[in-house]
Amino acid sequence: MFGKLKIRGGVHAEERKEQSTGLPIHILGIPPVLKLPLRQHAGRPADPVVKVGDHVLKGQLIATSTGDDVCASLHAPTSGTVTAVGPVTAPHPSSLTTDAITIEPDGLDKGLESLESSDPMLLTAAEIADRVDQAGIVGLGGATFPAALKLKSGARQKIDTLILNGSECEPYLTCDDMLMRERAEGIISGARLIQRAIGARRIVAGIEDNKPEAIEAMQAAAAGFDDVSVQVIPARYPMGSAKQLIHAIMGREVPAGGRSSEVGALVHNVATAFAVHQALYDNRPLLSRIVTLSGQCIDTPRNVEVLLGTPVSWLLEHSGGLTETPARIVMGGPMMGQILRTQDVPITKGASGILALAEPEISKTESSPCIRCGSCVNACPMGLVPLEMARHSNAEDFEGASEFGLSDCILCGSCAYVCPSHIPLVHYFQFAKGELSAKREQTRRGELTKSLSEARNARLEKEAAEKAAAKAAKAAKAKAAKEAREKAKAEKAAQEAKEQANEESGS
Amino acid sequence: MNQLVSSPHAHNRSSVQQTMLLVCAALLPATLYGLYLFGWPAINLFLLCLATAIGSEAACLKLAGRSTQSCWDGSALLTGWLIAMTLPPWAPWWIAVVGTLFAVVIGKHLYGGLGQNLFNPAMLARVGLLISFPVEMTTWIDVTPITSAAAPGFIDSLAITAGITPIPDAVTGATALGHVKTALTMDVTVPDAMAESYSAGSAFFGNIRGSLGETSALLLLLGGLFLLYKRVISWHIPVSMLGTLVVLSLIFSLVNPDRFEPPLFHLLTGAMMLGAFFIATDMVTSPTTTTGQLVFGAGIGAVAFIIRSWGSFPEAIGFAVLFMNAVTPIIDRYFRPRIYGYTLTGKPINTGKE
Repeated sequence: MFGKLKIRGGVHAEERKEQSTGLPIHILGIPPVLKLPLRQHAGRPADPVVKVGDHVLKGQLIATSTGDDVCASLHAPTSGTVTAVGPVTAPHPSSLTTDAITIEPDGLDKGLESLESSDPMLLTAAEIADRVDQAGIVGLGGATFPAALKLKSGARQKIDTLILNGSECEPYLTCDDMLMRERAEGIISGARLIQRAIGARRIVAGIEDNKPEAIEAMQAAAAGFDDVSVQVIPARYPMGSAKQLIHAIMGREVPAGGRSSEVGALVHNVATAFAVHQALYDNRPLLSRIVTLSGQCIDTPRNVEVLLGTPVSWLLEHSGGLTETPARIVMGGPMMGQILRTQDVPITKGASGILALAEPEISKTESSPCIRCGSCVNACPMGLVPLEMARHSNAEDFEGASEFGLSDCILCGSCAYVCPSHIPLVHYFQFAKGELSAKREQTRRGELTKSLSEARNARLEKEAAEKAAAKAAKAAKAKAAKEAREKAKAEKAAQEAKEQANEESGS
Repeated sequence: MNQLVSSPHAHNRSSVQQTMLLVCAALLPATLYGLYLFGWPAINLFLLCLATAIGSEAACLKLAGRSTQSCWDGSALLTGWLIAMTLPPWAPWWIAVVGTLFAVVIGKHLYGGLGQNLFNPAMLARVGLLISFPVEMTTWIDVTPITSAAAPGFIDSLAITAGITPIPDAVTGATALGHVKTALTMDVTVPDAMAESYSAGSAFFGNIRGSLGETSALLLLLGGLFLLYKRVISWHIPVSMLGTLVVLSLIFSLVNPDRFEPPLFHLLTGAMMLGAFFIATDMVTSPTTTTGQLVFGAGIGAVAFIIRSWGSFPEAIGFAVLFMNAVTPIIDRYFRPRIYGYTLTGKPINTGKE
């Protein structure tokens, strides 16, 4: 059975998951300050609708999505006062700033008046999508793509299978695992709403075989529904990538440049489904998320439910703290997560974990020359040739790199994980992808400029030609008139001469 | 922590040094057995190859302005080791030094160092020596175990390695491959020639004349299986190489057994096992994709068979490997893995929708 479900390449990384699954999800309190970046989703930043000094209630809209753009709205995670709307340090390796709304909680956690609502399962597809949009829900697996947009585009296409992504293939991370263990019913309920919104025939929850408790809980929750099933998939990184998961479950590959919907699938993370359930049944927009705290330097590795905007430093302090100074703090998983240079950054919608890693846990070896061993080729789940991509990227030959599949690279890091020369391949590819898109954009603009100037030249030439033609026509007309005049004159003269001759002969 | 580092933050803890040292470890049993069979002169030669390889590696790195630390990464050690495996065990010192210098300086560092060389340095050295010094490179000493009475002592061995004491003709002879080759030119049939010079048992266990890498097929095979088990090499090159050789020699020897050697003879002689598991699988000079590796291995098997059957050299692995090294860039260009979401021809998969 697993033969069919296997993905190409990939790696079996040391899981280190059991560290953080010993304790139930702990709900963390309200920190003294919340910083909510306006852009914590894929797409454009949200537009703030509050100003400094405003008092906000829990669940109140504080920044709204901008129309039809890829964007998601933001809500106040608790009641309090807006103290700033402006730049804060972003949770990004660059430590650059990003615009955010800062709220000082009043500690009352006072919510909005709850609206009377009908049974969400009676809503139409469009209504469900709208409610999801209003709740500011994004893909919580890490991609943070606005969920409502996926529902809307899903409704337009023919989707057969809604795949619930419970694979959680990143080492250390257990937030989805614990969510499935503890809140499986909510996940299935949310998934059924999504199914309704996109008109999918069935729901398949894909869970890696290293999570037996989660599988059991999800199977129990799905038991009452004929069209909901749980499929156990082998634990292999990057199983949680949509393309690999679809291949494992549907046995089909998403065509290059296409979307999942082309093979009749739509993938949503289990946490996203749970957020949809909360939004529609509990009228609760996306205010918090579950974060895995793990790594050798964490005193009490576990999962915590944290309000969005909670500073990482406060989070670490209030959940047991650190046992030693970490060599590296990572937001997300160890394979694709980002290094944090300061703890003074907020938890965002996409933050699945905070890992405080000690020296032995990270790879810090200096890189050495490539020995062409081909480990990266075997590890690549996309069938690319990373060593050639790196060679071309290094020589700044980005087109050459894309010939070996740069644009199909999903930056999963499997290649760099197995590289015996410790070459920072993902770093190269991120750089090369950036350069390539900048270059293509430049070419596109260049071509636009060229076509505009060509159009202008053509127009000028045409105008000049028209002018010349008009002039010529005018000249011809004048000439014709002159000729006519001369002819008339000549005729007149001839006439006169004739008459004169007649007169002379007559006299 | 202030350095800009990209994901992933985890690693499977492999390293170039670990890879190289595992290969050396896999070579160890066959090497020790060979050193036992040929005694002190072989040990001298072996150590001389290793020392020259590491010394010249360090010198080249220094000249190139790089850290000389990486002369300990094991790659130079392995090159020197493999050269020692291919030399006649009682060859004079300068064969070892010239060969190793040629491999490391010209075969590796002139191309740009580790990972940049087109040809397998050890095979380049072997072929270079064989063409330049055919007498020294084909003087094969009889098996004289270090414990036997006929074996030279340490002091005598220094004289042999220094080239002062000539090796008496009485204790040398041809390898089985060489003998059959010569016999064929004198119209002796293959079965007769084989009967004179070869027994499958001694070739398998290694009690025969030849280089260190030519003696025990068994120990080299075990070393190769260890590398497969440790996933340092994959099965593709050895299997396709040996498979091609077996198929070709089987067909030809069935058609004309007097003219062509049988498959087992090919497998057990002329360092075929060393070639299949340790030489052809050299990562730097072989293709990186599995299909490419299958083509590469099959190519070596075929070229080796052709040279052994119709060429003028009895031993063919060196030439066959170098030949296929030369086409590796082409193989890499044309045998790439299929990218997810594309057909084999590189077009997006047609889903039948639209």
